Amino acid sequence: MTEIIQKVKNLSIGFKSKKGEEILILRNISTNIKKGETVGIVGESGSGKSTLALAMMGYVKHGLYTIGGECEFNSSNLLKMKNRDLEKIRGRKIAMIPQNAGQALTPNLKIGYQIDEALQLHSDLKEEEREQKISELLNKVRLPSPETIALRYPHELSGGQQQRVAVAMALAGTPDLLLLDEPTTGLDVTTQAHVLELLNFIAKDTGTSMVYVSHDLGAIAQVSDRIIVMYSGEIVLEGPSRDILKKPIHPYTYGLLKSIPKLSLAGLPQSMPGSQPQPGTMHRGCSFFDRCDFSEEKCKSNSPQLEYLEELNTSVRCFNHKSLMNDSQVNQTVNKIKKSLQDKEILNISEVSISYAKQNLLDQVLNRISDDNPTVKDININIKKGETIALVGESGSGKSTILKSIAGLLRTKDGVIKFDQKRNLSSDLKERDPNDLRIIQLIFQNPDESLNPNHTVEEIIAQPLKLYFGLKGEELKTNIKELLQKVRLGEFYMSRYPRQLSGGEKQRVAVARAFAAKPDIILCDEVTSALDVSVQAAVLNLLQQLKEDFGTTYIFVSHDLAVVRAISDRVAVLYQGRLCEVGPSNDVYQFPSHPYTEVLLGAVLEPDPDIKPKLVAEDIVEEKPPQKGCSFQGRCSRILGDICKNEIPPWQITNSGNSIRCHIPLKELQKDQIN
Amino acid sequence: MKLDNIYQEEKKSNFAKVSEIIITMASRPSGFIGLSILIFHVILAFISPYIAPYDFKAINPTLMLQAPSAEYWFGTDDLGRDVFTRTILGGRTALTITFFGSLIALLWGGLLGIFCGLVGGKTDDIVMRIVDAFLSIPWILAMLLIVSLLGTSTEVLIPALGFFYGKGIVRVARAATHDVIAKDFIVSARARGHSNFSIIWNEIIPNVRDAILVEGAMRWSWMLLGFSSLSFLGFGVSPPTPDWGLMISNARGLMSFAYWSVIAPIVGLSSLIIGINLTADAFAKALGIDRSTKAPV
Repeated sequence: MTEIIQKVKNLSIGFKSKKGEEILILRNISTNIKKGETVGIVGESGSGKSTLALAMMGYVKHGLYTIGGECEFNSSNLLKMKNRDLEKIRGRKIAMIPQNAGQALTPNLKIGYQIDEALQLHSDLKEEEREQKISELLNKVRLPSPETIALRYPHELSGGQQQRVAVAMALAGTPDLLLLDEPTTGLDVTTQAHVLELLNFIAKDTGTSMVYVSHDLGAIAQVSDRIIVMYSGEIVLEGPSRDILKKPIHPYTYGLLKSIPKLSLAGLPQSMPGSQPQPGTMHRGCSFFDRCDFSEEKCKSNSPQLEYLEELNTSVRCFNHKSLMNDSQVNQTVNKIKKSLQDKEILNISEVSISYAKQNLLDQVLNRISDDNPTVKDININIKKGETIALVGESGSGKSTILKSIAGLLRTKDGVIKFDQKRNLSSDLKERDPNDLRIIQLIFQNPDESLNPNHTVEEIIAQPLKLYFGLKGEELKTNIKELLQKVRLGEFYMSRYPRQLSGGEKQRVAVARAFAAKPDIILCDEVTSALDVSVQAAVLNLLQQLKEDFGTTYIFVSHDLAVVRAISDRVAVLYQGRLCEVGPSNDVYQFPSHPYTEVLLGAVLEPDPDIKPKLVAEDIVEEKPPQKGCSFQGRCSRILGDICKNEIPPWQITNSGNSIRCHIPLKELQKDQIN
Repeated sequence: MKLDNIYQEEKKSNFAKVSEIIITMASRPSGFIGLSILIFHVILAFISPYIAPYDFKAINPTLMLQAPSAEYWFGTDDLGRDVFTRTILGGRTALTITFFGSLIALLWGGLLGIFCGLVGGKTDDIVMRIVDAFLSIPWILAMLLIVSLLGTSTEVLIPALGFFYGKGIVRVARAATHDVIAKDFIVSARARGHSNFSIIWNEIIPNVRDAILVEGAMRWSWMLLGFSSLSFLGFGVSPPTPDWGLMISNARGLMSFAYWSVIAPIVGLSSLIIGINLTADAFAKALGIDRSTKAPV
């Protein structure tokens, strides 16, 4: 048996509510981390996974306190240790890699200096040796030319590079245990795949144990040997990662896996009803009871214990795991989406360019925009009534920028946006008449920010109704109630404030507000990326249902290719503000495709340990689109030569109606692509 | 769906909200002390004309500079007037003038700040440079100028104080607006086509109100000190109206042998300022916008 390096015993952490009740965030957690293994902790927001990870380095957040149990590291309880003793362990023995490396690095110190600081604290190396070690560490995390990187400031690096630096700093003390709190969550898909691959390599190379905390089963599947699934502060399932992902024997994990959209399946995944109970609201019985498909009478009053199953090497907290064991192959069924496409064109975007360049005085006076290399250029898309078109790309690809211009929030440099084949929409909000504003509504990424925290749900939904239709009194109330019903929220939500709602409920309110204007087009800006997976599927299903009811057209922006696959009819792939590929989503996800689409598709992480991401291109980040030639030339692995650098590639149309903008002939394109 | 969730409070009436805030404020020792002092002063200001034992302007040369006694609790001043009577009456003018002064400061400073924050661009630049220019003028000099030109009547003092103490609020309101302006609910309201007025009234004010109110409460105590300084210099309340600043100024020469005539107004003034300060602090904490809470780690 391998050595256990961290032992968590009966750990409970909580806080005192205003009324003096003790509210538990972690409930009686026991687990062991063995030497050299990577353990993934998965759970939705609020499940206590980060609290557990922090407790593993002896840290309890301000306001929380340890109610019972211990975290034993090298046979001493970290939670009882004095700060001075903890300092000797943190960094040297247990290191942490934070979610947002950009914020974790000091902005005004050079990278080399910051790593040197970590080395001074956590190693006994002399000055000359340290210099050597810095390059060594930077090399290990695969940063190009360590000597120059060491002399840079954090803001001069990209997100992925910053995360690598954070990994290098954590490795400075050669720790026995690395805690990673959502280390790839803020990164682009391609970067994320590269960082995960690096972490895998480091785990093997150094033999460090890792605890990987994430809400993303796809990322967890790639790195972990063992998975702990947490739900409302409890461990509900713990076991070898392959078994858990392939044959989950807890209903929560089972439902969770079913609700994740997959690249290989078009159509919407099934959603899990309800949401995770808030801490302090659990009474008796199983905490998953409300949402469980397999629940029985006894689950309501008795809470199941964590049961260890010898033959599977798995612990599970469920009375009914046996019935799941027999048929737990996750057979994903999807709700096929109905095509409600009409031939009528509703929005025509032609030759649109948008510039963020600061204009000089002359241009300001003449009220014009001049920029020969604008952020977004040559966008031509025709959108049909009832269609869901998705704009896909990494951060900086201009997808949200285009959305803003359609909404009139950002002036375009050139080009025309035409509604319903006849009306030109001005890109300046002030020049649009109220009806032009009404027909296009926005739903934002983060409902916490898009709903005014000081308004009740009623006031929030009333705003468009009052503004566009001048409704008052009873009529207004009836309309609000109808809208709430449409998004499946009860009437009693009217008097609630956003802070009293869960993430999914908030997003439903935002959806209701958008539909209140009776719009023709709804712009969805990453509407599900701030939501938990189990809730995401429900919101996607709702959007689809509403679209069928109202015949609305969606323009859907997302970085998540699997979500896009699930909901969209057509996909437009963007890189550096230029279109790479436009086509029906079924065809875009099949080959041949643009080399950039290939990179994106390859990097998608599926919650399956057998599907590894394919890392095609480097994860360099380009600041600006190239002056001439193909926008993807800097990262393309199939670059032909000067033609790509000098000439804008032509549109090529495949048999299925998929347009690809590339110099490589279609036949050639297909050849080396992995289908 | 369960309804007995602790996070699901129902919508409260405004009265319930205010009383909850006051209860939260009073639950802290400092807040309790501050509130008690403030309420004591306010009640005193209302009832003092009825409970004052003597006439505040009755001069009696035979009773000059009497030490505190059972008859004259705080003694008498150089003109033989009862110091206790004058002290309990001395806060009334200051309290009234500064209260309305801070209201004016809040109103114009808050609204202008919010407007600048929302509109941005050139308008913001120009207005803020003017505000900066005014901020660089020592307020007391400007006040002296205004008072000597227009007199020391209440109608002059309230707007003048309100103007000079509102400049700082412009900055605070503008910064608070910048905090919310980038949020998507403002973008959303703009995209729907709401007017600037509607955005300010419905979206911004509910979110910056707390910060501005706290700032206004702090300004009140500063304004009180400022007003008393004016009186001290002889530009505030005109004699024989009792006022702490004026009383301190009159009696300060006699401090060495008739300390009582100067200590009483000092205690009155400083306790009121401390009371307002503590209350403003507790108010900020009760609203949850206190920035001094312990940082993690």
